[in-house]
Amino acid sequence: MINKELVVIGGGPAGLAAAIEAKKHGVKDILLVERDSGLGGILQQCIHNGFGLHVFKEELTGPEYADRFIKELEDMGIEVLLDTMVIELTKDKRIIAVSHKKGLMQIQAEAVILTMGCRERTRGAINIPGFRPAGIFTAGTAQRFVNIEGYMPGKEIVILGSGDIGLIMARRFTLEGAKVKCVAEIMPYSNGLTRNVVQCLEDYDIPLLLSHTVVNIDGRDRVEGVTIAQVDEDFKPISSTEKYVTCDTLLLSVGLIPENELSKMADIKMDDITAGPVVNHRMETTVPGIFACGNVVHVHDLVDFVTMESQLAGRGAANYLKNRMPLGKHISILPGEGIRYAVPQLIDPQNIINEKQNFFMRSTKPMEKARLFIESDKDLIRTKVIQHIKPSEMINIELKKEELADKDINSLRFFLQEEGVADGNQ
Amino acid sequence: MEDVVIIGGGVTGCSIARELSRYDMKITLVEKEEDVACGTSKGNSAIVHAGFDASPGTWKAKLNVAGNKLYPALCEELDVPFKLNGSLVVAINEEEEMALHELLDRGETNGVKGLRIIKRDELHALEPNLSPDARAALDAPTGGLVCPYELTIALAENANQNGVKFWLNAPVIGIDVQEDFSLLVKTPKGNIKTKYIINAAGLFADEVSKMAGAEEYTITPRKGEYLVFDKQFGNLAKKAIFPTPTKISKGILVCPTVDGNIFIGPNSNNIEDKNDTGVNAPGIEEIIKGGKKLVPDLPLKNVITSFAGLRAVSNTNDFIIEASKLVKGFINVGGIQSPGLTSAPAIALMVREILLEEGLTLKEKREFIPHRPKKLRFRELDNEERQKLIKQNPAYGHVICRCETVTEAEIIDAIRRPVGARSIDAVKRRTRAGMGRCQGGFCSPRVLEILTRELGVDPLEITKKGPGSNLLVGRIKEFLQDEGGDDNDK
Repeated sequence: MINKELVVIGGGPAGLAAAIEAKKHGVKDILLVERDSGLGGILQQCIHNGFGLHVFKEELTGPEYADRFIKELEDMGIEVLLDTMVIELTKDKRIIAVSHKKGLMQIQAEAVILTMGCRERTRGAINIPGFRPAGIFTAGTAQRFVNIEGYMPGKEIVILGSGDIGLIMARRFTLEGAKVKCVAEIMPYSNGLTRNVVQCLEDYDIPLLLSHTVVNIDGRDRVEGVTIAQVDEDFKPISSTEKYVTCDTLLLSVGLIPENELSKMADIKMDDITAGPVVNHRMETTVPGIFACGNVVHVHDLVDFVTMESQLAGRGAANYLKNRMPLGKHISILPGEGIRYAVPQLIDPQNIINEKQNFFMRSTKPMEKARLFIESDKDLIRTKVIQHIKPSEMINIELKKEELADKDINSLRFFLQEEGVADGNQ
Repeated sequence: MEDVVIIGGGVTGCSIARELSRYDMKITLVEKEEDVACGTSKGNSAIVHAGFDASPGTWKAKLNVAGNKLYPALCEELDVPFKLNGSLVVAINEEEEMALHELLDRGETNGVKGLRIIKRDELHALEPNLSPDARAALDAPTGGLVCPYELTIALAENANQNGVKFWLNAPVIGIDVQEDFSLLVKTPKGNIKTKYIINAAGLFADEVSKMAGAEEYTITPRKGEYLVFDKQFGNLAKKAIFPTPTKISKGILVCPTVDGNIFIGPNSNNIEDKNDTGVNAPGIEEIIKGGKKLVPDLPLKNVITSFAGLRAVSNTNDFIIEASKLVKGFINVGGIQSPGLTSAPAIALMVREILLEEGLTLKEKREFIPHRPKKLRFRELDNEERQKLIKQNPAYGHVICRCETVTEAEIIDAIRRPVGARSIDAVKRRTRAGMGRCQGGFCSPRVLEILTRELGVDPLEITKKGPGSNLLVGRIKEFLQDEGGDDNDK
């Protein structure tokens, strides 16, 4: 049995930032476990730029962004195990990991930070009818083939779903001389960042078909074409709008799912909406001493926010290891009208780190302009007007400790009210 | 010259191949796909039926009950997971409850042991997720679960160890009767001269029979569609839960698999195209509706995949297992629809008897190997065993498929075994890599890499499931040259 003060599971952006921050705050004995042969996680295949605008105030590529953290981690002398897969985690923080070099390891940790990231939703999860030929890839798998392995998974491509990876791959395929015929999105709005819709589709004249989906896949050995149809308000395909598009590849960019097999093994309480663990103000799950951050908690659209959230988790774990005192009363954070979810789901207002608390949330639908209300069960705390709200773009709001801690509140609720032209209701 | 050529590498053909491999003779199995278990044997309900369904006196009834009894020992011998979990036929109204008694009688006539009717309280205690409408059930403790492609592959591997040759990617395009009354099986890979042909061509058995000039019959493909749920809902049903059957089908069931998933399906629709294994939207709706009748709370957000299989339904509505009266040495084993999987071991024994009657002399081999090469499944071992194994072979410490915990060593083994894997799907069927909740999103590039290395081929040659299903279409930058012009882009 190996004993460690802190074990971080996953060496992507979340794990890197969390480990570094924990070290900075006095945790000496840290082990980071990564299943791949190098650190950086999915950033290593994201060779486009646009990373780091918030954290570094400059535009970096994925590998460059990762590299800054990898260097810092190495300089700090944090122990890393590569090519190592954690296969078990108990709520007593006992970890079983395997690697071809070290065999099977049993590790007893005093604290754990979960940073396993997320996986892509598949064809099965969305039930697309048709045959099961080669040529159906999730966008991230295709990205790996092109950017890491150097191979093209297709030449004539239809993309289902307008998630960011799909949009990025539309541009990538186009630059490689492949033809991206269209992107079909079942929702009446895009599921990616506005800047990606503009820079990856509009700049290359790739049509984005909103309220459309793939209703059939044709081809027995390799994809030969797909049938696309418009959908009605209940997302049911309208048969009179069916159109056959020839292609050799169907790329799926239909969402990401937090990867929480280990969290479930450790009996951590999960949030049905985010599909990630319920966490508190310092990113601690419902199992004391097990923390979680990044896409394993909720799917982010910007790595910068993953970093910020993971720094909080690293600090939270340091905090836990230094002072095992139980926390005070937790209050619930409730998503109200117009808000799909808010993270963290619980906070202990008396023990907020750094005198301020950041909340991440997503809206239920796009809104041109809306007012965000933040109210406790006692009173209205604050409101803020937000423009151009999209479910794909996370809302980020910071509250000061004094806004929360001085009153004996039991819950906090966020909700959005759309603000129309000359609306006098407020 | 071969003694026997078996046409078709499904569970029927491979069972026969393995049974005949006990004897001293030359056997070749020809299969049109790139692997065994690529047709009906990979798309079915994976149930070892107790045998109460078929009408007494039919081949289906006799061979079902006989096959069922052979299963535990066969699976033990070939190291194939088998689970005797039992089946339930559920009644939701009085009429159906009456019908259960008929089924019970029929089952007993067929020789099924242990059948009994259980009442509401016992039923709901057994299966707490069952619809509150379920009022009684026929309990069949001899019903079991097996992985049909794993069994088929195991049979093929063991047959191959015992000398049976496998010609894959070898569709039969003609059968000639020679002057010396031997038979000539023609394939694009070459021709094989043989004394006997066993036609186990599944959906295409009618066409093969016709090709040889033997008896004419028809095989109609009857499609069944399925949805598979994530393993985290594996305890939704403990037994195979059937509705009370209709005249043509056992109905849409809710059923665990031997690997710990739950599936719903199949529906039952006659179609025309024997290659049409596509899943349709109305079909999915139909099976969801059917499944909900038995278990109302289905985790529909956690479907990991859908698939369709085709039953090979003969015009006699029974198995056709007999020597041809028109072509000497030609034996039909056609119309093997449900309970074909259960019956396969008994069919193999029956075919052996027919060959004896037809004049083949069988001499037992002394060197017959009853077990296939040991197959290690990392996910099923305890930690001590895992540790030992990684020490012996570090490739067991490299997890390739995270959803199903499949290691590099298992994938290498799948490729190197007898009748080894040559494609991504063939690796999947042998190891479960890519069968979990991410459906190969994570592991398929890694499996492709291992296949490339093991087979010594270019990644562009690796297929999902045989010729024409290549995963990759070119190197990066390759298509830029097509545009003509800019050499700087190369």
